[in-house]
Amino acid sequence: MGEKVLMKGNEALAEAAIRAGCRYFFGYPITPQNEVPEYMSRRLPEVGGVFVQAESEVAASNMIYGAACAGARVMTSSSSPGISLMQEALSYIAGAELPCVVANIVRGGPGLGGIQPAQSDYLQATKGGGHGDYHLFVFGPGSVQEIVDITMEAFEIADRYRNPVMILSDGVLGQMMEPVEFPDHYEPGNIPKPWATTGAKGRPRNIITSLELDPVKLEQHNIALAEKYKKASQELTRHEEYMTEDADVVVVAYGTTARVARAAVDRARKAGVKAGLFRPISLYPFPSGALFDLATRAGAFLTVEMSMGQMVEDVRLAVNGTRPVHFYGRAGGMIPTTREVYGEICKVVEGRV
Amino acid sequence: MRKVFGRPNALTSAPTHYCPGCTHGIIHRVVAEVIDELGVLDRTIGIAPVGCAVLAYDYFNCDMIEASHGRAPAVATGVKRVLPDRVVFTYQGDGDLASIGMGEIVHAAARGENITVIFVNNTVYGMTGGQMAPTTVPGQRTTTSQSGRDISTAGYPIKVCELLATLGGAAYIARVSTTSPANVARAKRAVKKAFQTQLAGDGFAMVEFLSSCPTTWGMTPREALKWIDEHLEPYFPLGEFVSRGRAS
Amino acid sequence: MHEELIVAGFGGQGVLVTGQLLAYAGMLEGKKVSWIPSYGPEMRGGTANCSVVISSGEIASPLVNEPTSIIIMNKPSLRRFEPLLVPGGLLVYDCSIIDVTPERNDIETVAVEANRIADGLGELKVANMVLLGAYLARTGVVSPEAVIESLSKVLPPRRHHLIPLNKSALEAGLVIS
Repeated sequence: MGEKVLMKGNEALAEAAIRAGCRYFFGYPITPQNEVPEYMSRRLPEVGGVFVQAESEVAASNMIYGAACAGARVMTSSSSPGISLMQEALSYIAGAELPCVVANIVRGGPGLGGIQPAQSDYLQATKGGGHGDYHLFVFGPGSVQEIVDITMEAFEIADRYRNPVMILSDGVLGQMMEPVEFPDHYEPGNIPKPWATTGAKGRPRNIITSLELDPVKLEQHNIALAEKYKKASQELTRHEEYMTEDADVVVVAYGTTARVARAAVDRARKAGVKAGLFRPISLYPFPSGALFDLATRAGAFLTVEMSMGQMVEDVRLAVNGTRPVHFYGRAGGMIPTTREVYGEICKVVEGRV
Repeated sequence: MRKVFGRPNALTSAPTHYCPGCTHGIIHRVVAEVIDELGVLDRTIGIAPVGCAVLAYDYFNCDMIEASHGRAPAVATGVKRVLPDRVVFTYQGDGDLASIGMGEIVHAAARGENITVIFVNNTVYGMTGGQMAPTTVPGQRTTTSQSGRDISTAGYPIKVCELLATLGGAAYIARVSTTSPANVARAKRAVKKAFQTQLAGDGFAMVEFLSSCPTTWGMTPREALKWIDEHLEPYFPLGEFVSRGRAS
Repeated sequence: MHEELIVAGFGGQGVLVTGQLLAYAGMLEGKKVSWIPSYGPEMRGGTANCSVVISSGEIASPLVNEPTSIIIMNKPSLRRFEPLLVPGGLLVYDCSIIDVTPERNDIETVAVEANRIADGLGELKVANMVLLGAYLARTGVVSPEAVIESLSKVLPPRRHHLIPLNKSALEAGLVIS
């Protein structure tokens, strides 16, 4: 690995994308993700890439569609209201099975909401987001280093599965500085893209479309997509466990909230309370199997989110009624504190909920 | 025997789904002939719209992409920025380009995106059954302006060529029609210039076709062409609005 | 060793840079570090603050709700952050521009005439470095040398001519407490 540098999450994300071979960025300003396009506008021309500030998120995401059609490694970033506007293109991109990477630096909502960190786009991100029967692959990094690692891998995953990958970050992770290391030498994967529309010289022409008017064929396409997602659920799920071996209560949290939860688990352990942490890193596909396995030993679960309860639905589905699943959430840009989460852990252990 | 007339290489052999008398067929052919004559078929990527030409990817015999409604210029931007040495064109109708996609077309022109846009203006939403479009002229009857477009409530039609001509990035802007053999010949010259503008790297080029929709207009094909000459052309004058590229 | 610090003051006083210098110095010394700024409209001419965690072990949460130390550069920030300090925690503040005294008596307090000292050095903008020096003298969280080394990493190149002045201000703070 190279030299350690102190970087903001958003800038580290942008640099990681460039290291992963991303040469095209189309975006639109919105807080709290502006460091990403700003960094890209500065760095991409240095490496022979292209930065375009689009007229809207709608246009930016359709430029991504075009660049992905042309076979490029391409990405955009935005924040919640902007991501809503990108759902049109994301549905087309998923339908046409094109690779791209999208970062959502989530802020509080609904509507214009606020600009402070939130996890209230979990359902939109993991359940499809736009119209039609599709999924993005979604990852929720928990540190600046993990933002780097996941972003670099995201391009490989997108190419391998021909599917859009979303990095679900938030204002805290985006603005936070932590030491990061980039690999000294990284060779971006070179997965052939014979399907790309690059001009039909020397081959039959390619057509990229998500239109299929024959219901029989469209159903076949839907089935093929579902099989892809099933395969991904076997290959892409990942999570991290902390002190879960003997835990009476396991906190389930991702991203920023998992950092707070880990501090609360430490506090609980110091106080003699057997708490642990289950941190999903892949949010779609969700690490349901590992969570179900854990349910055979853990006493109870406590899902903590910066929302009024979204991932908790997946936790409950995974645990499948075998153990109680409790919830604690803060929303609107409020972040749960270590003290609050510790208090909730104690309540669960003492049977007060 | 000498072959004097045939299908351009840039068109597939698929029979089109366009209605009898619709001018999409002529416009497809004009574009295809130009692509053939410029010898760029194997490095051309076309972007189809949403609307009657949604299946244009079945007819143009090159790499094709189907875009969402109105976004073809944004998709074309993405392709062209990745592959600047390829020829990229969009084929869009009036609802697609001048209504839902107005933002995309204006900004593609303003940026001077080095693409070619074929804009087919038949003043109605044909695919969905003939509703009022942003280019429907005052008094024109459509299924959503059944007493004729009332400018006091529905406002005025948008003159896209005149609007885009104000933008610095627009290198070639022209309006043509296909109502007579002479007009078709003029249209082809304009389309050729629009592609040559791109090949020269001069910037954004667009050709607007005044087009007919006999089906939703409730006219015979011949009446529809006459109606273009008599009712559309006065409102949307033909000609070159911008021609400032090296190719011009 | 585990320090959770909040630096707070007006935008333009070098609040964020002070925190970044500490984080960078900690990283150079092989410690685990994190830095988070407040962001949004409050940054524009209003108050600014950042949270820094420096630890010999893994940092669980980078968010600081119960700081072990605070460096305070204006009155509103004193009012806001003094109550959050853990009992026995350290408050370092600029007594030359904050005209009230801290209220708590279960904390350690270091009053520094940072603005006046900076003025004496010829540049009010290095008052933050005086406070940082005083903080380091009391806590030893990182070495002054590591902070000085960090200056060239944290300050943009166009400000590198101010490094000697920043160094002088840091040294002036180091001898205070």
